[in-house]
Amino acid sequence: MPVQAITPDYVGDIKDRIENFNGNQVVYVGWDHHLMFCAAFAYPLPPETPFRTLLEEVMPEGFSLHPEWEKIDWSTATWMLDSKPFAPQLDVALKDQGIGHKSLLRFQTPELKGYQNAGV
Amino acid sequence: MAAKKLNIKDKYRLLTRDLDWDFSYEDRSKAFPFEEFEGIKITDWSKWEDPFRLTMDTYWKYQAEKERKLYAIFDAFAQNNGQLNISDPRYVNALKIFLTGVSPLEYQAFQGFAHTGRQFGGVGARVACQMQAIDELRHVQTQVHAMSHYNKFFDGLQDWSHMHDRVWYLSVPKSFFNDARAAGPFEFMVAIGFSFEYVLTNLLFVPFMSGAAYNGDMATVTFGFSAQSDEARHMTLGLEVIKFLLEQHEDNVPIVQKWIDKWFWRGTRLLTIVSMMMDYMLPNKVMSWKEAWEVYFEEAGGALFKDLARYGIRMPKYAETIEKEKEHVSHQAWWTFYTHGHAAGFHTWIPSDEELDWLSEKYPDTFDKYYRPRWELAKEMEAKGERFYTKALPQLCTICQIPMLFTEMDDPTQISYRDSIYKGDRYHFCSDGCHDIFEDEPEKYVQSWLPVHQIFQGNCGGPDVEDVLRDYYQMNVGVDNMDMKGSPDEERWKKWKGVA
Repeated sequence: MPVQAITPDYVGDIKDRIENFNGNQVVYVGWDHHLMFCAAFAYPLPPETPFRTLLEEVMPEGFSLHPEWEKIDWSTATWMLDSKPFAPQLDVALKDQGIGHKSLLRFQTPELKGYQNAGV
Repeated sequence: MAAKKLNIKDKYRLLTRDLDWDFSYEDRSKAFPFEEFEGIKITDWSKWEDPFRLTMDTYWKYQAEKERKLYAIFDAFAQNNGQLNISDPRYVNALKIFLTGVSPLEYQAFQGFAHTGRQFGGVGARVACQMQAIDELRHVQTQVHAMSHYNKFFDGLQDWSHMHDRVWYLSVPKSFFNDARAAGPFEFMVAIGFSFEYVLTNLLFVPFMSGAAYNGDMATVTFGFSAQSDEARHMTLGLEVIKFLLEQHEDNVPIVQKWIDKWFWRGTRLLTIVSMMMDYMLPNKVMSWKEAWEVYFEEAGGALFKDLARYGIRMPKYAETIEKEKEHVSHQAWWTFYTHGHAAGFHTWIPSDEELDWLSEKYPDTFDKYYRPRWELAKEMEAKGERFYTKALPQLCTICQIPMLFTEMDDPTQISYRDSIYKGDRYHFCSDGCHDIFEDEPEKYVQSWLPVHQIFQGNCGGPDVEDVLRDYYQMNVGVDNMDMKGSPDEERWKKWKGVA
């Protein structure tokens, strides 16, 4: 039973359906083992946004405060999309490479161990 | 007409059992429409043992006496400028969280108990719930009065109920109670009456009220004492409800166990904020969160579950994860607020060197390894004049609504991510506990009002965070928020104390 309700066949109002985001979808981006940022960031973006725009124009504002941001070698960084290994295509739209509404992107930079090598 | 002088037992019987009536021409199930849909089976309400026998006139007399004493102390506190005797102005920030995050829960508890006090089919249970409802109403009122004096001298206390309904981090306590109140009356009682009042409330009240005493806040201490005898009654009621449900029918056992699993998990998540108040916000420390957890949860709670084993009830699910979390959650939470200090309705700060050493001592296995480096980084940035404020909004857990800040307990530098797909949409959770709660009732939680998503949907003003804070949260931007250093709170304190 999807809910224990007094009303028979109760159906909830989906608050975060994509239609409610004024043309955007939500994408989360987290940097593994870098807890200077307490959680992954959430971005409202048009589904047509190319990955390059996310990486080069959206992410730097928040992530670049990290002392290791400048040192990232994007050619060796690895990605996961919704818990599966993922190879982003820079000039393809988010929606055309499987990055959907409320998808979670995580990237790994194993050679960078965080501030004081402490995963910060 | 009853005899003029009745003894307490007779009075109590007349007040409860004899006020009830039989349904001779109406359908009883229509009078108590909430009693069956949760699947709980009650075979005989007359087996209900009253957890305390308090008649209404005794109740009024007793509470009125407590009120007189309490308000005499509030008056004395105000007349003697008691705010000047607190340990440090940083302390008041814990009160700001209490007033905006906890006091409104007392009001929600009043609403919830008023509902169960109407809907239970058993009259004894109804009366006990009604009395608790009145207690809860008294608690919200006395808390507001205890803290109103601080509102004259410190920022951030001016609009607590408005803030409770809207501010991003206050959706955590608000949605916790909304979840309990939106459940049926039996789940509400297991959630609030048992899990929260019986086991977890000690972790809120005992350390917090001791914290008030350690930090010279006599108004809050006195409120705590005044609430304590009520809390004792609430705990007795919580325990009675559990025993009654378990004794009524064996089919109730798995349902009650599921609710215990759910509400202990939700409760520990909610208490994250208390953990950070204890470890980081009290200038004079009482004990560490880890120590409080060991005394009030592991020892006291462990003994309770040993007692309940004879009904077939086991320790709450995820107890092993919870045990590991005591080493981490306070540090992870305060870091989150520190880095979101521009968007909080209270001030945040870097712990002093003495405090950092205290944390190392209290958390020898985790603090220096995982958490001290964060503060070293914060200090380095502050020294450069670049006090760290996060520049994007965080991902939130769909269930507890806390930013997804919790880590894997066996890999504490890795965020714990869980997700689930329901009707084609993806939902995210901070833990197995929150994930499983969603899986059990997805149709309920698709309705979560997640503050970050609400901002993105344009429902909270904007477009910038500062617009949301000023116009939607009604915070005084630049006054209520930001670092303690340089805040008007700090400036005023220095002036009062004659410190340059």
